[in-house]
Amino acid sequence: MSRKSASNRPVAVTGIGIITSLGRGRQENWRKLVAGSSGIHRLTRFPIEGLRTTIGGSVDFLDLDPISVPALSLALAREVCAEAIAQSGVGEAKSFPGELFLASPPLEQGWPQRMILAQRMPGIRETGPRYADLLQAAAQDCGDMHTDFLNGTIADSLAEEFGTQGSPITLSTACASGATAIQLGVEAIRRGSKAALSVGTDGSLQAEALIRFTLLSALSTANEIPEQAAKPFSKNRDGFVMAEGAAALVLEDADHAKTRGAKILAYVRGCGEAADTFHRTRSNPNGAAIVGCMQRALADAGIGPEDVDYINAHGTGTPENDKMESFGIQQVFGARASSVPVSSNKSMIGHTLTAAGAVEAAFSVLTLNEGLLPPTINYAQPDPAIPLDVVPNEARRADVAFILSNSFGFGGQNVSLVLSREAT
Amino acid sequence: MSQNGQADRPLMRDVWITGCGLVSALGEGKAQHWARLDGAAAGEAVDSTSFAPFHVYPIGPLELDRHIPRRGDQRAMGPLMQYGTYAAGMALQAAGVAGDEDLLSRMHLLAASGGGERDVELDEQILATLCGGEASQAALNEATLNEQLMNGLRPTLFLAQLPNLFAGNISIVHGVSGSSRTFMGEESAGVDAVRIGFERIAAGQGDLVLVGSAFNASRWDTHLIYQPGGLLLSGPMRGLWDRPRDGICLGSAGAFLVLEARDHAVRRGVAPLARLSAIQSDRCGRTAGAAASNAARQWATVRPKLRDSALAVLSGACGSGPITREERGFLQDLAGWGVDLTVRGTAGVLGHSVEAAFLTNLILAISCLERRKLFAPLAPEEPLEVRDVGAVDQVLVTGWGHRRGEGMALLQTVE
Repeated sequence: MSRKSASNRPVAVTGIGIITSLGRGRQENWRKLVAGSSGIHRLTRFPIEGLRTTIGGSVDFLDLDPISVPALSLALAREVCAEAIAQSGVGEAKSFPGELFLASPPLEQGWPQRMILAQRMPGIRETGPRYADLLQAAAQDCGDMHTDFLNGTIADSLAEEFGTQGSPITLSTACASGATAIQLGVEAIRRGSKAALSVGTDGSLQAEALIRFTLLSALSTANEIPEQAAKPFSKNRDGFVMAEGAAALVLEDADHAKTRGAKILAYVRGCGEAADTFHRTRSNPNGAAIVGCMQRALADAGIGPEDVDYINAHGTGTPENDKMESFGIQQVFGARASSVPVSSNKSMIGHTLTAAGAVEAAFSVLTLNEGLLPPTINYAQPDPAIPLDVVPNEARRADVAFILSNSFGFGGQNVSLVLSREAT
Repeated sequence: MSQNGQADRPLMRDVWITGCGLVSALGEGKAQHWARLDGAAAGEAVDSTSFAPFHVYPIGPLELDRHIPRRGDQRAMGPLMQYGTYAAGMALQAAGVAGDEDLLSRMHLLAASGGGERDVELDEQILATLCGGEASQAALNEATLNEQLMNGLRPTLFLAQLPNLFAGNISIVHGVSGSSRTFMGEESAGVDAVRIGFERIAAGQGDLVLVGSAFNASRWDTHLIYQPGGLLLSGPMRGLWDRPRDGICLGSAGAFLVLEARDHAVRRGVAPLARLSAIQSDRCGRTAGAAASNAARQWATVRPKLRDSALAVLSGACGSGPITREERGFLQDLAGWGVDLTVRGTAGVLGHSVEAAFLTNLILAISCLERRKLFAPLAPEEPLEVRDVGAVDQVLVTGWGHRRGEGMALLQTVE
């Protein structure tokens, strides 16, 4: 193992918060995750008539009315920030000593907003309301419809509530977003920040979003038994299951954490990133970007593939992703590829999209702490083309010192993180 | 400890700008922009009919083949992504990075982008169906909505709507593959993209960064983001510094910079366009005076880096009355504190390009530094604009968001 320079020294994790369709808080989530429970269910938030996919991992237990993407994404993020900061004990109340990096879904006004505006225009001609009419209605008293749907609003609200420093950053690297938020936090601490609050949140399970992914043939249509629909790495996998959730990680300069006597849960040891220049939705068949980001993460951590005890896979359950991820793991791990345990949290919580990288990093911290590998559930039909140990169906005890966590996004943005139990 | 919670660890390395690309209503590239800004023709760029009663500063037709050679790539993007990818190509070419696989594989991409472009025609068709001719009586029938969306949405358009595909397209077309991050969040996204690029280079976390943004004003759905509550100027055009709250005119832009560590640029023999000497970004609750307080703190940080010479200020003031007046007050305070300065409010001739506004002004600042002078006043009625400060070797760029976020940067000539 190579020695660490200041520029890529380990960054401590001192607090985590999690919310998914499995439940609220890290304890409930972890208990259900390692029990192999599924959070996927029949959707009831909106009518499912005419939809090809009628299931998802929506978070329906927060008391929100009406539910909008920004309102739910903010509510989810607030829960996990509060949980993570409380565990960490860093800073004073309402004064977090670092920047905020937030992965959140892109926002736009939805159909309820368009209809509210349309209803304000009585006597609209036979053609129905045009955008020009909506604009005329919009100038009236509806400032919230402006502020609530700005991309910067969620981060701004969190910055106000938790007192993070400087300008909060809202980011998107599609399904890698949550991992990018962590990477930005790690980089800020390596530049000299004392702490960073890295958050991924996604409350975007609306009919239009579901239909858009349907039209890309990305979603599972195994609607009959919702909890069995997400089946990463299986031969009969048929797409991902859309889901909601959030996670926050309090990242901290390790010396800062030790000096204040904080309990260090884990370390982020390395981050790797590579953009695929091949195609908008498909990986380059040579796997270069996926391989590159895993290798860069290992190099940044100063370890080799032989040091990795477990891989928290991107594992969406789409035919393409799982095939390419398996191929990439085989390229990086060589003969060890079939013996390193690899599992997908998405088999239980679905694909939390923008939040996924953060949610799965938070679960990786718990995996290190508990010495228990979460399973890949719904693994009934192994795919001979994917010769991996996917920790099938049941959690497994293991001594885990190093975890590689993968996040690969539509649009070719790929991030891998290395987390460890110890600083060296 | 500084505003960003940083320990007092200096960001040691000099950051140069070695390439830039700009498209806007005033044309393409620095020379065209200068000619329009410094001449009398700047005001002609506005289109007050296509989106009446609103005023829009549109980008004219681009020869896409020059920087987006493959037709398939052109078709995969809406205008927003085309503007960005085009300007990114200009910047890469200017910096001598275009086509250099080694450099491109180590280059980090930071993009600031809003949401994508909806299918406005489909939205209107669906609204017509949902409203059935009498909107005020209509309820949102979600089953009908599902059916309409299933039948009407085009899969490829979804990709043109994802903000991260903005960066994705640049990676695909130009081969930038070191890393790719897209920031969202209106004006601040543009400021923070530059700030993170600057900090990474200064701290040795990279040598070469492509940073930029684009904005497409020629869209009804984009206007709908900013009009609720009344923020867009309607009725007759008015001077930038003297508009009501509903005082924003949107303007299209694509603006990209290549940031580079000085040592790296020297090694590969590239001349700097400017030195990015400081960049600050912050937020506040936007109670009256809070944004000016942030700017005053930023000024205190930037001030030690200033030379004795006069200061040109390119302001990103958006035109909405209250916040534009607060910024004018801050700039008047600077003058009152004895700073020899003159100001240009560029949104008065380019429109406000939100995420791209700050980057656009950084590029216009480079033009000023290259010519060692500032272009003619854009608002001759504004006392801050008509002062003559003579030769220019440093430009302060401000970028205050219409709703939140305050940014400030200092560009200086490389002596």
